Formats: sequence, C-alpha cells, structure tokens
Amino acid sequence: MVKIREIHKQLINREISAVELAKEYLARLEISSSKFGTYLSITGEKAIEDAQVIDEKIASGEEIGLLAGIPMGIKDNISTKGIVTTCGSKILENYKPVFNATVVDKLYNAGGIILGKCNMDEFAMGSSSENSAYKLVRNPWDLDRVPGGSSGGSAASVAAEEVVFSLGSDTGGSVRQPAGFCGVVGMKPTYGRVSRYGLIAYASSLDQIGPMAKNVEDCAIVHDVISGYDKMDSTSANMPSTKTLDIIGKDIKGLRIGVPKEYFGGDEKVLNTLKKALAKFEELGAIVEETTLPHTEYALPAYYIIASAEASSNLARFDGVRYGVRDWDQKDVTDMMSATRDKFFGKEVKKRIMIGTYALSAGYYDAYYLKALKVRTLLKRDFDEAFKRYDVLITPIAPTLPFKIGENIKDSITMYLGDICTVTINLVGIPGIAIPCGFVDGLPVGMQILGKPFSEELLFNVAHKFEQSNDFHLRKPEVK
Amino acid sequence: MGITINDVKHVAILSRLGLNDEELQKYEEELNDVLNFMEKLNELDTQGVEPTSHVLDIHNVFRTDIIEKSLDLEDVLANAPDREDDYFKVPSIL
Repeated sequence: MVKIREIHKQLINREISAVELAKEYLARLEISSSKFGTYLSITGEKAIEDAQVIDEKIASGEEIGLLAGIPMGIKDNISTKGIVTTCGSKILENYKPVFNATVVDKLYNAGGIILGKCNMDEFAMGSSSENSAYKLVRNPWDLDRVPGGSSGGSAASVAAEEVVFSLGSDTGGSVRQPAGFCGVVGMKPTYGRVSRYGLIAYASSLDQIGPMAKNVEDCAIVHDVISGYDKMDSTSANMPSTKTLDIIGKDIKGLRIGVPKEYFGGDEKVLNTLKKALAKFEELGAIVEETTLPHTEYALPAYYIIASAEASSNLARFDGVRYGVRDWDQKDVTDMMSATRDKFFGKEVKKRIMIGTYALSAGYYDAYYLKALKVRTLLKRDFDEAFKRYDVLITPIAPTLPFKIGENIKDSITMYLGDICTVTINLVGIPGIAIPCGFVDGLPVGMQILGKPFSEELLFNVAHKFEQSNDFHLRKPEVK
Repeated sequence: MGITINDVKHVAILSRLGLNDEELQKYEEELNDVLNFMEKLNELDTQGVEPTSHVLDIHNVFRTDIIEKSLDLEDVLANAPDREDDYFKVPSIL
C-alpha cells in the first residue's frame, strides 16, 4: 500500500482535509515520540499553517502534487529556516538557520508538511543514536534496542508511523543501517545526486541526504522530488532528477545480481534471512552469483581516517563566535574557543576531531590520510570490476540484528565494526537502497542493493519487485 | 610506536579542545586503540596508486561573477552569542 498515493486521493476527493490530517498525525506524534525519543523539536504550528495553504489550493480547484499535505520529519542536521537545528549537539542548542537546505525548499515547494526535526547521533557520528546530546532513540520493534544511527530518529519515526516519510543523511551508512534496524526503506543516493546545500557537514566527500519511508514507492516519490542539480552545491552532479515512477514495476528477468562473499560474515540468522531473499530473486528471474570485492577488509580503517579528517576540518567552524553557544568564563579568545568546544561537544565528536587532526597533522598526513585515499582508489576499482559483470550487488546492511541499548557504546571499535557493510559505499560514491528482507525473533533484517553511479531508478525498481513478493513492509511494530 | 600524552596535548591544541588531565589520559588510550586499528592499511602496497579525494569527475566549478543577494545581516547576527553594531564580538585577542 502506497501511503502517499492513498493520502493524495483522500485529499483531492475531500475525504479529509490537510489540516485534519496534520492534526491527526501531530496528536499521535506527540505521544509516540515521547516514547521513542524520535524528535528534538515538533513544529505543530507551522504544520497547521502549511496544511491550511494546501487546503486553500484544493478548495480553489488548484492541482496539487503527490507530496502536498504529506506529513514528514527532517533530520536535525538539515537546515530549516527559523526552526532550531541542533545536529543533536549542545553546541547548536539555540541555532536557527537563516536559510533552508535545498532539499527542504524542494519539499516545501512540493507541499510537504514538516512535523518536526528528527533526533540523531551528535553531528551524525554514531551507529546507534545513543550519541545524541539530548536523549536516546528507541527501536519501535523493541524498546530496549537501538534504532541504528545516525538517522535513528528519522528511521524510527517512519517505522512507528509518526510521519509518512523522513529525510536522513548517510556518511557511512546513517540512512541504510537505521532503515535496516527499523524495518523501513532508505536510499543513499549517488554522491552528488541530491544537493548537500544546507546539510551541516560531517565528512563532505561522503555525506549524502536520503529519503526514508515504509515502502519503496513512497521512498521513490520523495527521491524524485529531492534529487537533481543544484548550483548552490559545487559537488552537485549535473544530472536531472530521478523519474522513478516511469520505470517502477518493470520486469527484472535476467537481472545479474552479484553477491560479494566478503559481506557475509555476520550473525547466522541475519545471513540466512539474506540467503532466503536471494533465492526469492532467483524465483523472480534474476541470475544470482557469488562475487568478490577483495579490498573490503580495508574499508573501515580507511573510512574512519577520511571521515575523521574531514570532520576535524568541518567542525572547526563551531567556535562560539558566529552561532551556537559560548563559554563565557574565558578572557582570551583562544581560551574561549577551546573551552566552548570542550564543554559543548560530546565525547565521540571530540574523539573524531582528535583523530582527524592527528591524521592530518605534519608528519602523519602521508601515513594516514594519503594512504586512506589510495585505499579508496583500490576499493573503487573493486566495484568497477564487479559492475562489469553485474547490474546490482546485494549484501546485508549490518552483521547483526539491532543490538541492545548500552551494549556497544563503551567500545568504539566494536561499534565501528558494525558499519562494515555500509561505509565502503560512501567511499566509492555509489547508490544503495536498504529494504526489509525478513524478520528474526520479531526484529527486522534489512538488505542493501547497490548499483553503479546514478542507477537509483534501477535500484528502486529491483527493490520494488522484491517488496511486492512479500509482506515485510506491511508489518507494524506492536508498541507495548 | 603509539601516541604519547604530549602528542595528545599537541593535537588538543591544534583541535582547539581545552581538555583536562583526565580527558588527556583517556584520549591517549582511545587514540592508540583507534590508530592501531588503522594500522591495518599498512598491509596493502599502494605504491603507484593515485589517491581518490573525490569520487565525481567534477573540477573547478565556476559561475559568472555577478553580485547576488546575500543573507540579511540582522538575520545572521541574530545567531551570534555576542555582537556590537554589525560585528561579531569576541573576547580580547591580544
């Protein structure tokens, strides 16, 4: 069931008004988000005002787009003019952007109704949403487990049906991994496909904004709206927006699927679920073969060097001068900056700034940063080779089921290892979609489908074909 | 091998992080752990491999040098912790 189309029909048939819909969703979100910790701010007043505009358009007979009146959540590192945007950090506790991110403008123009800003790991650094400086997010399928991260609020909110869709951002898996842990669909587009203008940067050469929804078609509708060239982002690819709806539903007979063996080293239950999904693809007429991406084991260390290096540079702007908060006890400007940053950045953020600064500092640049960039080239070659033979690659999203809150937070390396299946995709810049492929012990298991650069439409179609063969996207968490 | 407490102090200064002694010690341990983990890359021979700093084939994006509307000064300064007239205000530099 495609939620966006269903609501659209109800709106134009005047079975419900956009204001009624917004009120209904807001009422549910208020209660639900206090249980799951999904939101850092709720924008009820704006939602009602925006919904009124949609109702006026409908009343005057004006044609409205598919996203008009649809309730959405936006990750709190995506700039929303006049709405506090904290990045999950104390250092931006009071920061109100003076402009909208391009994706936000596009969604507003399409009539999307913002209900609030989604909770996240501070500055998107984390894989469990436990690094939010404000509160943790809980997995709607099991309140004792993490929703994944860093876009944990965005994913859990969609899973709990607080909103119809949300935006997250993905630097090393931050859309796909929480989508997998929460049993929803999430797309990490090709680097450059969706404008990063207004996304508060973590690692600029890896970051991409991506949509999340309960099913593939809803996710695709949002992707079609937010993708496309933007002159405000100098790394924006000169490509048109995706037009997924034109191809969704096409046959996948003869589709060549590569299964890289290096990605199949996790929890047996997760792997068995994946294997069943691959068998389903064969039933649907695809050709499934094992393949190899030989440099996979080097991706994680390369990722953490590159991401930390870029973060140390990007986060230099938070110095208590132009925005955010300041430590007022210092008499000297350098002391003020150092004290502000020490006091208002969280532990993981400080650690990555330290690692990145060290990796870029005189004498170590070649050994760490340059080395990592060369490994990135080797990783890219692995994928270039694989895509000569395969249309798409399929892998798990994470080696484990959603883990317990507190289980990994004390041990950075264990936490980092959980990102083994996702980080490479950012290093090589290709698109990847996460979709639910089964359940184990009542918890969702996700898989990711990877494609060549700018193959988002194909990925949506392949994901859609699989989705239509099962009922995983129709299941709902039983909120206890 | 490994990072000493003095290295950590130096990196903390470069990072503009005013860490206390306890934090410095903790970071010494944690940074060593993470850097050990990163040593894995040395197993690979990367001689002659070009670095990839960016995956897209985009270079030098230019636009015509026309003055466009900037952000409103009052809006921007509204986010500043401290200001004087049209300036950001900070504690003394010298």
